[in-house]
This record gives sequence, C-alpha cells and structure tokens, in this order.
Amino acid sequence: MTPTRVFVPRDAAALSVGADAVAEALAAEATRRGEAVTLVRTGSRGLLWLEPLVEVERPDGTRHAYGPVTPADIPDLFEAGFLEAAPHPLGHGPTAGIPYLKEQQRVTFARCGVIDPVSPGDYRAHGGLAGVTRALEMTPEDICAAITDSGLRGRGGAGFPVGVKWETVRAAPGPQKYIACNADEGDGGSFADRILMEGDPFLLIEGLTIAGLATGATAGFLYLRSEYPHAIATMRAAIRIAEAEGWLGDGIHGSAHTFRLHLRVGAGSYVCGEETAMLESLEGKRGEVRARPPLPAHAGLFGCPTVVNNVLSLAAGPSILAEGPEMYRTFGVGRSRGTQPFQLAGNIRRGGLVEVGFGVTLHDLIHRFGGGTRSGRPVRAVQVGGPLGAFVPGDGLDLAADYEVLAAAGAMLGHGGIVVFDDTVDMAAQARFAMEFCALESCGKCTPCRIGSQRGVEVLDRIAAGVDRDANLALLDDLCTVMAEGSLCAMGGLTPNPVKSALRHFPEDFDRPARAAAE
Amino acid sequence: MAGRSPWAEDTARAVLAPHVGTPGALLPMLHALQETFGCIDESAVPLLADTLNLSRAEVHGVIGFYHDFRRTRPGRHIIKVCRAEACQAVGAESLLDHVRRSLRVDDGGTTADDAFTLQVVYCLGNCALGPAVMIDETLHGRVTPARFDTLAAEQREGAP
Repeated sequence: MTPTRVFVPRDAAALSVGADAVAEALAAEATRRGEAVTLVRTGSRGLLWLEPLVEVERPDGTRHAYGPVTPADIPDLFEAGFLEAAPHPLGHGPTAGIPYLKEQQRVTFARCGVIDPVSPGDYRAHGGLAGVTRALEMTPEDICAAITDSGLRGRGGAGFPVGVKWETVRAAPGPQKYIACNADEGDGGSFADRILMEGDPFLLIEGLTIAGLATGATAGFLYLRSEYPHAIATMRAAIRIAEAEGWLGDGIHGSAHTFRLHLRVGAGSYVCGEETAMLESLEGKRGEVRARPPLPAHAGLFGCPTVVNNVLSLAAGPSILAEGPEMYRTFGVGRSRGTQPFQLAGNIRRGGLVEVGFGVTLHDLIHRFGGGTRSGRPVRAVQVGGPLGAFVPGDGLDLAADYEVLAAAGAMLGHGGIVVFDDTVDMAAQARFAMEFCALESCGKCTPCRIGSQRGVEVLDRIAAGVDRDANLALLDDLCTVMAEGSLCAMGGLTPNPVKSALRHFPEDFDRPARAAAE
Repeated sequence: MAGRSPWAEDTARAVLAPHVGTPGALLPMLHALQETFGCIDESAVPLLADTLNLSRAEVHGVIGFYHDFRRTRPGRHIIKVCRAEACQAVGAESLLDHVRRSLRVDDGGTTADDAFTLQVVYCLGNCALGPAVMIDETLHGRVTPARFDTLAAEQREGAP
C-alpha cells in the first residue's frame, strides 16, 4: 500500500506554535496504528493563524487541510479518518479552496508551503529553474529589458524600477560586479522574506543567479539578519545543495557562466537594512550609511558596481522570465505592477501572508482577509510599511495599496507589512516609540537622526506630561521637518512619518493631562 | 546553545582560521568567536586587529556598533523578547514587564543563578503570532505571561 503523504510545516512561525511536537505525535500515532504515512516537512502556506497546519494528500493529488492542530488532537484526527480526508472540526477541506488562499494571486509564493524546501527534485517538478533556463538563452541586455518591461519595482520599500537598476550595473565598467541581496528584514510586522527563505530557498538562489547573468556579476552576497536562525539554516543547506547540483559555482547549469553565493549573517542592527549601511556591514565595518553619490550601482560593495535588491525583488525574477513580463504586468494597477506579498500582523484575527496584485484596499486586506482584530475590538490604527511607515486610522482604510496612492496620502508601502492595533492603543506611546526606536538604531553618522530622535523622545515626554504643550508641539513639528529634510537616509528621514501621522489622526491621545484636568 | 568557554588564544586562532582571507571578514569572525566563547573577550580585540590589519579602535568600533556582540558571558540561556510594533499590539510590553519582574533582571542583565540573560529585540519575524519570544534558537509564539513561566521553568529543569 502506498504511504499517505502528510505535510507539516517547519517554518519558524509554525514551529513557534508547536509544529515539531505535532509532527512527532503524528509519526508516533501512525506507527502505533500501523498506518503507512510519509511525513513531509514544508515551508508555510502563510495562513499563520491556522498553524500548525497539517495537510493530507489524496491519491488524486489534492491536499486537505487541518489546523490549528495540537499534539492532543492527533489521535482524534486518525480516529476520524483524516488520512482519507474525512471531515473533522479542525478540517478546512481542500487547502487550495480555503478562501484566504483561493483569493490570492500567488506568483512569488506559489511553491511556499507546497514543496519540501530543500528538495531539488520538488523544486524542478513544481516549475523551478524555468526562469534561469530562459535567462541562459538571453543576452544580458534582454534580461534587463524583460525585468523593466514587467514593471517590477524594488520590494524593499523604495520602489525603484528593478530593471533600470540592473541595466545600470550591466552597463557600468568594471572587472568585478556583485549582487547584494538584502535579507535584513528588520521592519516590525514583516516576515515575507523569512517565509520565502524558509519555504522556497531555491527560488531566491535562482533569482540571484538571474541578476548575475543580467549584469555580469559573478558573485552574490546574501545579508541575512541574525534574528532568523531558521532561515539561516535553510539558506545554508540550500546553497550547499545548489552547489552540488551545479546551480551555483563555475559552469552553472552546464553553461560557461560562474555565479557564487555567499551568506553573511547580520548582527542585530536595524539600520543595516538601509542599502549602503548593509554594504558597509558586508565589508566588515560599522553599519554607517554612505552619502550618495556614488550610487551602489556604480560603486557599491568593495567599490564595485553592485545591484542591491530585496529578497522579494530578486525572487520575482524567475517567474517574470519563465512566463514573460506581460504575465507579471497583468497584475496590479497604474505604475504599481505585479503582485505584492502583504503581511498581516499585530492584533489581527487571521494573520499571515497575502500575495495579491497591487490596488487591493487596506480595508480588504485587514477585514476580508484578516477578519479584523484578534481581540475582537474595533481597529483603531494601522501602521503600514514598518517602523518608518505612517499610521492610518481605522476609519480611513479605503486606501488602495499602491505606491503612488499611499504616497499621496502621506503613507508608504515599505516592505508590505501591515500592523493592526485595536482601540486600546495609546498613540502618544506609539509616537514616542518611533522616536525611541530611531534613537536606538540610528547609525549616528548624521546629526538630525542621531540627536533629533533623542530630542524627539524628550519633547514627546513633555507633551505627554502636559508641559508647555503648544510650544512643545511647535518644537516637535520643527524637529520633524529637520529630520525629514536633513537626514542622510530613510531612518531619520522617515521617522517623522509615524510621529506626525499619530498626531494628525489621534490628537486626543496627546492631550491627556489637559483633558484630565478639565474634567 | 552556543559555547561559553573561557578565553583561549589557541582556540580563538583556530576559530578565526577559516575566515582568514575572506573579504570583509570581521563580522563572520566576531560571530564565530561569540559562538565559541559566548562573548567577545577583551583579548580578542588585539588578535582581530592583528589578523585583519586593522587598528584596535576600528575593531572596538565595530563590536560596539552591533547589538548582537556582547562583552561579557551570558547566562546558560538567552531569552529574547520582541518589542516591535506588531508584538506591542498584542501585549508585548506587559509580557516584557512580567519577564523582567519574574526573572528579576533588567534588559541585557543575567539572572542571579546564571540561568538566563534577557535581551530585548525588535522583530523576530513572528508578527502574526505575537507576542514572540526566542529562547536560545527556539522561537515561541502567542506567549502569555503564564506560558512564559512554563517555558522558563522547563529551561531551568533541563539545565545542566
């Protein structure tokens, strides 16, 4: 009898709520009952509120989902006949039919949670390597043009056209060029890079290789944050396997091309997610931001022309080449083309990863996909785009998630992280936290950021205490202008975003002592 | 959990050897030393400076810049509590208060019995299942104060 394949994620989020214990209990119970079961450890489907999500494969290949499963549920699941996809209170039917997943447009994350992340056979069988195979038949100019035509913009936050950056590096003179992949996913509320690296690491390797072929870079550096030990382990294993398969190294995929990939681990610095600070860190230095020009595309890592791209930007490359730029362009709206993996985080009922075309509204993401708050209380504020992103009030969520629409509303998409707060949040405390975080993580190179953030904390403390409120609010406004206009990079430059948006939308939170006195 | 062995220059040289000649080797070297010794000992600074042809000040500057690098040995287990926005939205601040009180440590401090070092971090990438805590390299989600007490007790019982 053919063993039934049962899938349990090994993604860090799934592990954090007991996926290993579930896998152990499952294997033990199958043995006890004499059931033939093959346990496959996958990445996460991104339906994090259902983790640990257990899937059973039927003979016709469909997979049925059960979750969230605890080890105590296992005997009952066997008893109910979950191996034959029988109904159960934890059952959700065919995984592909779960509305949260069904209503997504999975392009970059199509394989995530489906395959064994470190199985080259699985990767190939699910369409892997089609992009790099196509790239090997193209000229570097044509690869850059295809990426430009797709409309792909940098997914790290800045939204710069990826093809234009690649073309700049391709055309830059120099015997050595590099691809530097930014996997320093430091924004609170972001976890798409982590899920991808743990769930489909070969896709990132393929994307990096394509960038190398497009620009003539023969080496890549992956800068991965130290807070992600699981992603580090998976990427290390995947790089070793890719080298053994001939996907990395000399003569990749049987061609005359060379591409080596080096993994470097960060050391807990948020600002190293800024591209030039990351380059400094890769060079073994303090992660201090560089003044631009020169652009990294002209003089980047070790002074050589360097593509610096986020994980999600590079991971979009393979499908663009495999299926053509036109396919990718069909997703999205206006100048925001393609899909964006949004991450629903914080106080949210159905938190997880939602990959859909640009243009979806924040309301749809938070309420239709996310199901509102986990606490069941009203959504009061939403922070989009990480710690430097603006707060949007709960009644202003009709905004389309699109680079230009959000910018016009004074917000930004950033890395696509969306953090939901309910009505118990103190927005003055959140504004203070934004300044405090900037003070803690500033690289120290420029004064507006290094000193401004510290003064910002103090001014906000005075406002909260009701000391000279109007004068201090005017001072805060001045300070925010200096930081926004005078900082060397986005760290100091964008910290005023959460502060000013909190003040604009929630002034009552900054007026507590005055109100208390009046009452 | 990573090593906490006392400083030994021979061991240190052996730990650094695979990274000699690597471009931009200082961070990989610091990680390797901390992995072995639990921290960056004072004696490591001149050794690194000499190995990489840097000044001691440059080495000091890099160690001091990054939150990860410690100058003193941590407890047997390192507890990282996330204080980023998504975890704050589901009670990270009160969890952190509970952790500080129950372990009787400040941020960065080590408990009297040397069992735990508390580290406050900003984002463990488990933002849909917060509050998040990482003990050594094991990540935990939806951690309530009661759940934290259980986890801490399990670590103490399992202590060598």
